[in-house]
Amino acid sequence: MKTLLVAEYRQEKLLDSCYELIEFSRQIAADSSLFLVGDESTLPAYPGTIYLADAQKHGEYNPDAHRQLLVDVINREQPDLIVFSHSSYGWDLAPRVAFTIGAGQISEVVAIENQDLVVSVCNAKLRRTIKCLTAQTVVTLQAGAFPPTSEPAGQPTLEKVETDTSGQQTLSGYQSTAAGVDLSKAEVIVSAGRGIGTAENLTMIEALAKALGGELGASRPVVDAEWAEPHRQVGTTGQTVAPKLYVACGISGAIQHLAGMKKSEFIIAINTDRDAPIGEIADVLAVADLKQLVPLLTEKLSST
Amino acid sequence: MKILVCIKQVPDMESRFSVDPSGTWYDSGDLAWRMNEYDEYAVEQAVLIKEQLEDADITVLSIGPQRVKETIKKALAMGCDRAVHIEEERVHNRDPFEIASLITAYASDKGFDLIFTGLQSQDRGSGQVGLLLAEMLGVNGISTVVDFSLDGDQLTVQRELEGGTRATIKTQLPALVTCQLGLNTPRYPTLPNIMKAKKKDLLALGAEQLTQTASRQETIRLFLPDKKTGGLILEGDAADLAEQLIRTIKEKTTVLS
Ligand SMILES: Cc1cc2nc3c(=O)[nH]c(=O)nc-3n(C[C@H](O)[C@H](O)[C@H](O)COP(=O)(O)OP(=O)(O)OC[C@H]3O[C@@H](n4cnc5c(N)ncnc54)[C@H](O)[C@@H]3O)c2cc1C
Ligand SMILES: Nc1ncnc2c1ncn2[C@@H]1O[C@H](COP(=O)(O)O)[C@@H](O)[C@H]1O
Repeated sequence: MKTLLVAEYRQEKLLDSCYELIEFSRQIAADSSLFLVGDESTLPAYPGTIYLADAQKHGEYNPDAHRQLLVDVINREQPDLIVFSHSSYGWDLAPRVAFTIGAGQISEVVAIENQDLVVSVCNAKLRRTIKCLTAQTVVTLQAGAFPPTSEPAGQPTLEKVETDTSGQQTLSGYQSTAAGVDLSKAEVIVSAGRGIGTAENLTMIEALAKALGGELGASRPVVDAEWAEPHRQVGTTGQTVAPKLYVACGISGAIQHLAGMKKSEFIIAINTDRDAPIGEIADVLAVADLKQLVPLLTEKLSST
Repeated sequence: MKILVCIKQVPDMESRFSVDPSGTWYDSGDLAWRMNEYDEYAVEQAVLIKEQLEDADITVLSIGPQRVKETIKKALAMGCDRAVHIEEERVHNRDPFEIASLITAYASDKGFDLIFTGLQSQDRGSGQVGLLLAEMLGVNGISTVVDFSLDGDQLTVQRELEGGTRATIKTQLPALVTCQLGLNTPRYPTLPNIMKAKKKDLLALGAEQLTQTASRQETIRLFLPDKKTGGLILEGDAADLAEQLIRTIKEKTTVLS
């Protein structure tokens, strides 16, 4: 088994997710090489061949150029698996590459089971084992599913690659959605999810946060609906937090939310759905309507 | 301006799921069905463009069994002009490549200027159909779009990256955009529009009439994950639950001391 791992470089930094790709490759006992459009000064610690293209020249992301560079390397290396992170880079480039080389693609792999790849279905309520029928397979890995088990080590052999495509779309003009409160410093966070139902119900979540001396957090739909400000969002596209206590009210526990809060020391979830995936990481799941339970909690906390 | 919007019908994610007898998909018996959340943003964006340009015509397309007609009607009531239902009882056996091939078979000679899909489907979550379709049709594909503006045939969009960053991309039509949560605020169909939708064209085509593409993947098995142990589940009267939670917070954390 041979893998080609596709590392990422963003805003002049190598992303650590490349070590998850290396771990995945180790777990399926494959020989690997690595592909990166980046810079020679920021190479990963890795004991194999790195095919490096220059990000200055080819852009940090440019689908046409990056595809061309990668497909050239695939033709040279003939890997069985081409492995990406399931990230804004990976899920954008992977289907294009799969199309070009005529491969099947398995998206957001969470585990390996007897050499077969497992993905999650329906917000992690189900799992599915999939096999590709094509000679080569393109794979993207769920962020955090293959955490490195040892310190990264090794000296790569560098092989520089080039192409002359320019391409139509280039990522440019990076901008940050303004930060406000730094939730990463909070000791207690009480977060509101779509289960609060209406904008008005946010007040009861805020009141509980206050009674516990903490900050208000939110899941993405609550921010998208403009019930809470963007800097309150917890998750992959929001903030990453690790308070002493995290209370998730009406949050189902989608992987993108969990990624931002699973390192919390103690997690309480309040949800009407006993099977909600948040239950998998919560220390305590209270199966209840938050509209009843949250005000009662606030009241009892304030009177003690 | 000809616009195509691809929508998928998915089960309500709060349902209790079980595995069907084939062992490769979930049982669809008792589920409530709705429009894939990401596709609601796709429909809304198409309708917003129509309101901006006036001379736009929106086709909404969905592949699936008879029940997907309900979801198609919702898209018509939101403001799409016409619909195509590609009838396929066993849509879940079709992999993303086959789904994109079916849409291509219908769309390739229709001259769509702009195509919208969701970033991913909530049940399968492969995030492939949109970009595969762009490749098959030979149009510019841009994924994870959270901001969209059109000026003539110039498109300026923002792609969402991780950790609260975005990047701007400019390109020309024809183009395909995959819609991310928060792109806009999907409207609720009004009663008059629901009535009007009943009169709109709905073309039904059998999947087998369109194309036969070989599957690129197969499901070995579908299963319920093992419940992780450790987490305590509390049920019962809300007042008791509140007492128990406060006791737990006092015992297990230092935040109240
Ligand atoms: C690329 C990408 C990035 C993303 N980034 C993020 C991110 O940074 N942060 C984030 O949060 N999401 C993110 N998402 C979205 C994520 O996939 C989910 O859609 C989102 O987290 C769901 O939010 P939710 O749990 O509040 O809503 P839902 O999934 O709709 O869950 C609502 C929950 O409330 C419960 N509920 C309903 N009524 C009640 C009641 N009365 N009392 C108690 N419980 C009730 C329901 O049982 C359900 O479990 C991202 C998605 C993508 C594709
Ligand atoms: N059966 C279908 N019918 C129409 N469009 C679909 C179908 N399946 C997927 N799509 C479109 O492709 C997008 C991505 O789906 P997926 O690749 O399955 O994650 C969805 O958001 C839809 O816009």
